[in-house]
Amino acid sequence: MSSENDILLKIDGLKMHFPIFRGIIRRQVGAVHAVDGVSFDVRRGETLGLVGESGCGKSTTGRSILQLYKPTAGTVMFEGANLISLKTEEMRLMRRKMQMIFQDPYASLNPRMTVGEIVGEPLVVHNIARGREVDERVAHLLEIVKLNPSFSSRYPHEFSGGQRQRIGVARALALQPSFIVCDEPISALDVSIQAQVVNLLEELQEQFNLTYLFIAHDLSMVRHISNRIAVMYLGVIVELADRDALYDTPLHPYSQALLSAVPIPDPFAESKHKRVILQGDVPSPVNPPSGCRFRTRCPIAEKACAESRPEFRELKPGHFVACHFSERFA
Amino acid sequence: MPELLLDIKGLETQFKTPDGIVYAVNGVSFGLKEGETLGVVGESGCGKSVTMLSVLGLIASPPGKVVAGEAYYVGQDLLKMSKEEIRHIRGAQISMVFQDPMTSLNPVLTVGRQLEEPLMLHVGMSKNQARERAAELLSLVGIPSAKDRLNDYPHQFSGGMRQRVMIAMALSCSPQILIADEPTTALDVTIQAQIMDLVKRLRDELGMAIIWITHDLGVVAGLAQRVAVMYGGYIIEEALVGDLFANPAHPYTIGLIGSLPRLDEKKGRKLQPIEGVPPVLFEKPKSCPFAPRCTWAVERCWKENPSLSVVSEGHKVACWIDVKTGRAR
Repeated sequence: MSSENDILLKIDGLKMHFPIFRGIIRRQVGAVHAVDGVSFDVRRGETLGLVGESGCGKSTTGRSILQLYKPTAGTVMFEGANLISLKTEEMRLMRRKMQMIFQDPYASLNPRMTVGEIVGEPLVVHNIARGREVDERVAHLLEIVKLNPSFSSRYPHEFSGGQRQRIGVARALALQPSFIVCDEPISALDVSIQAQVVNLLEELQEQFNLTYLFIAHDLSMVRHISNRIAVMYLGVIVELADRDALYDTPLHPYSQALLSAVPIPDPFAESKHKRVILQGDVPSPVNPPSGCRFRTRCPIAEKACAESRPEFRELKPGHFVACHFSERFA
Repeated sequence: MPELLLDIKGLETQFKTPDGIVYAVNGVSFGLKEGETLGVVGESGCGKSVTMLSVLGLIASPPGKVVAGEAYYVGQDLLKMSKEEIRHIRGAQISMVFQDPMTSLNPVLTVGRQLEEPLMLHVGMSKNQARERAAELLSLVGIPSAKDRLNDYPHQFSGGMRQRVMIAMALSCSPQILIADEPTTALDVTIQAQIMDLVKRLRDELGMAIIWITHDLGVVAGLAQRVAVMYGGYIIEEALVGDLFANPAHPYTIGLIGSLPRLDEKKGRKLQPIEGVPPVLFEKPKSCPFAPRCTWAVERCWKENPSLSVVSEGHKVACWIDVKTGRAR
């Protein structure tokens, strides 16, 4: 097992509920339980994949860790400090060490700023460089992400999706962070371009000893890039394990269904592939089911699943799962 | 050998934009046999959707225009038909499912009303008959308590459910051909698996031919019998599905397969991306459209555009190079 020193980020009981207001006096009538008690560690230098379907709370988890939302409950320990209780100014200093790469490279770059201004802005905001030094650093950053430094006076619309995502990566690297949340960084890109960006992220990780939280719904890409993987469903983590352990012996019925649903680009393997087809849709996070969140679609659900919420337990070393009946898959 | 149900020859479609003419489809030919499933693969902007929209006369004109080609459906050229004539075929004999189920359903009409419309229009059913058939169709695509849900509006359905409604609508008049334009791209994988399972079942029950447009090679591998790969407004390779994955002959197809991570791969290998970006088609390509990104490219590739030619039985490719030997064909 890893020692405490290897842990960069420790998340405990993180909750993020968004209130719902109704009526003319805007009374709170309920809440969207977007993230409902997740706990995990992120080790220094690793890539932790966070997968799940749309609306499961994976992006919200990433954003709450960076304090882009004010979490409802829980702690986020980063380098000895609980980010949730930090004051605004303290948090601002902490943000230098943690950055984010966004999903949509068309929406996350200001169309009225040049590439140089976009990539250089963090340096100016944090008073790290000014004047010509900013330009030099920007040129260097663009080189790192394999863009021509002379592009810095151009505007985002002049670039393709893959190039824009590189600009987003350069901006995230500007403050030399140790931790980056990659929120679906490739899902808006064409297949042949995705591999370019993933390879770049891998090279940068090695070069700068970065730690990634890689949020995605593409399970084959997550397997490729991650060391460990957490599977989320309706606001909770249902399983967390080393990459190969998760893909070879998934212990949660949801992980099993999710993995079996992925089409394999090989007609021979595809014809022999047995698929678990889940019934129905994901329930609403406003009124999540009692007990186990997955029980309404689970092929092995029993009475106990509705009564008590399964504990997130370490069934095998390093392999955590939240299901009453996982022993039968182990 | 079964007759060709749909026979497309030399289709060309262009769009007039303020920046100039976009050459979206530049001479596409393919055939579809009865009961066959054809996968059409390509990245955004390669012309795969425009090809199908052109065939069905759904290109908005202006700015778009089908400038050349023929599209025979049981002996009639769809491209020469009047708007009135093609309306009798579209939705009745050839129907289409679009990518985004939210924008392709009318938000102010109930789902029942939208399902009944083609039945009354094409099949000539009465209101009551159509209502009954609509309920049958909804339960056919696996929507529970179908009869009650006919009175619901599209926003009361989830994404996967809406796509089922779209499929029910496309199937309502028992078409011979179903054209599906990335119908599962906007959906989650577990819902995608549900929809694909449904389509396979319906295909076997109803015996219709399917054209399935996608960018996901995994989906094609599980569904299609034959695959056409498109790039820069051309079909650059066409083969039976097993042959395409086992012996891809075009550098682009090889690149596409190589750039995919696979769920069943054992060790983390490095992905092999295709360098560069897809072309912007402001000019009709005079050379091979893939040459700027191709590692095999030789002088000829920059001068002449190769046409689709047969390399083995049922396998066509548009490339000057034999990638197995690295020499010219």
